[in-house]
Amino acid sequence: MLEVHLPGLDLKNPVMPASGCFAFGKEYGTLYDLNQLGAITIKAATLHARFGNPTPRVAETPSGMLNAIGLQNPGAEQIISEELPYLAGYDVPVIANIAGSEMSDYVQTAEKMSASPVVRALELNISCPNVKHGGIQFGTVPEVAAELTAKVKAVSAKPVYVKLSPNVTDIVAMARAVEQAGADGLSMINTLLGMRIDLRTKRPVLANQTGGLSGPAIKPVAIRMIYEVSQKVNIPIIGMGGIQSADDVIEYFLAGASAVAVGTANFIDPLICPKIIHELPGKLNALGVSDINDLVGRSWKSWNRKNG
Amino acid sequence: MIQEEMVVTAQTKIADGVFELRLSGRIATLVTEPGQFVHMRVPGESGMLSPVLRRPISICSVDPAHRELTLIYRVVGLGSQLLSNTCPGMKIDVFGPLGHGFPVDEVPAGGRALMIGGGVGVPPLYGLAEALTDRGIEVTHILGFRSDKDIFYEAQFAALGETVIFTDDGSHGRKGLVTDAIGEAAYDVAYACGPLPMLKAVQNVITEKPLFVSMEQRMGCGFGACLACAVHTTDAQDHKGYRRVCCDGPVFRAGEVELC
Repeated sequence: MLEVHLPGLDLKNPVMPASGCFAFGKEYGTLYDLNQLGAITIKAATLHARFGNPTPRVAETPSGMLNAIGLQNPGAEQIISEELPYLAGYDVPVIANIAGSEMSDYVQTAEKMSASPVVRALELNISCPNVKHGGIQFGTVPEVAAELTAKVKAVSAKPVYVKLSPNVTDIVAMARAVEQAGADGLSMINTLLGMRIDLRTKRPVLANQTGGLSGPAIKPVAIRMIYEVSQKVNIPIIGMGGIQSADDVIEYFLAGASAVAVGTANFIDPLICPKIIHELPGKLNALGVSDINDLVGRSWKSWNRKNG
Repeated sequence: MIQEEMVVTAQTKIADGVFELRLSGRIATLVTEPGQFVHMRVPGESGMLSPVLRRPISICSVDPAHRELTLIYRVVGLGSQLLSNTCPGMKIDVFGPLGHGFPVDEVPAGGRALMIGGGVGVPPLYGLAEALTDRGIEVTHILGFRSDKDIFYEAQFAALGETVIFTDDGSHGRKGLVTDAIGEAAYDVAYACGPLPMLKAVQNVITEKPLFVSMEQRMGCGFGACLACAVHTTDAQDHKGYRRVCCDGPVFRAGEVELC
């Protein structure tokens, strides 16, 4: 009922924590059995260690939050040697998110991370809004995104999912560009660029000034983008943005997602992923759905076409 | 570390905009050190959206036998305002206890400890003072507040040991800064909790004896996964180069992390 098969990923259910919200699993592993998860998307890896941005790095907004962590991570090699062995102890596919500031370091990071037997797929982060170089530039110009995707695909030993930025005027053009460049799938969406200003100090709350908006506030944006893109590409989409219930998961499937990632909700309720996974079968039964895969894109697929 | 619905047993205003909240539940039996904190999901009210993120609030004191936690917080924004509206009998989603607190065993048997607190940094020092006096440690408290109306727990601290109160405006106790009285105190180990400028000033004064400081940072997850609260170590050769205030702290040995 919940099994999903995507390039490189045989998932017992379609629910995974989103990159950056789950570190490398150890902390959540103290709260519940990670084997319940469909997959785990680990925190972004860069070629070398990064400390990230000054604090404050997070700020609350109505129905959401802004973050500007700045891709803090210990670097690809240390992730492979220090963090992945812990996840190797679980029967859960690991998706490695990779980021960079130049094409060459994206390529080297992709090569290293994809070579790890623990990693089943890469998520190419061309959309982090919180770093000065790289990140979002690669995610806003279709030709640049396509070139990077092709270069990463050329060295990656595993399927590559490209994580798209919503901070573009034409999300379909971005999706098509990376599909043509060889992407095996898409992750949609990364955070929306935002800001909050403190009335007392009259300055932006975040030390980085701007940050990425996530949480329930951005769910309608993600749903709309997945609805548009899923009709124009032939690769699967991992949907994300504000998911906090089994109903939200079903809505994402209806829009056109084939799996989902849960981000901010992990901070609100650290047990949210297993809760959603346990809720899903009952919700599907109530809708008369026996296989969650039947729901993919049902908001735009003609009922007659499916049954005729 | 568990997540549970704790029951509000008391909610009392104890100073201007400062509330004492008592909560009943299993988390109260799991606290291992004074200075740990809980991460609370504040309930919303009808007609408005509830806050998305949890609120980290330090534990003031704990009564494991009665499964009760005492928290003291100041109303500063939407979350703390909503929290102050909760009444006895209501349930609150609490995650905790979290973090590493004050090391009480640092004080030698029969020794003396100094506690320096400012504003809403004062509450965790009360639980610390209780834990230390339980071990026969003699405690001295130097507590700073903005003004007379902001003072709380003066009698409670005084019952445990010598207590010197400072106010910025001199409306109660001595006028001045908490650092003014450090030189007058006899102690083996010092502990501090308060605003960053106070912690920096204390760290500049106490250089010869062990000092532990409790830090405050905006948090996301509260248990080490999101890195929202990362601070630099002062040692550039440190293998990680940073600490997470939520789980490596919030209490650090002075000089371990940059105060910023």
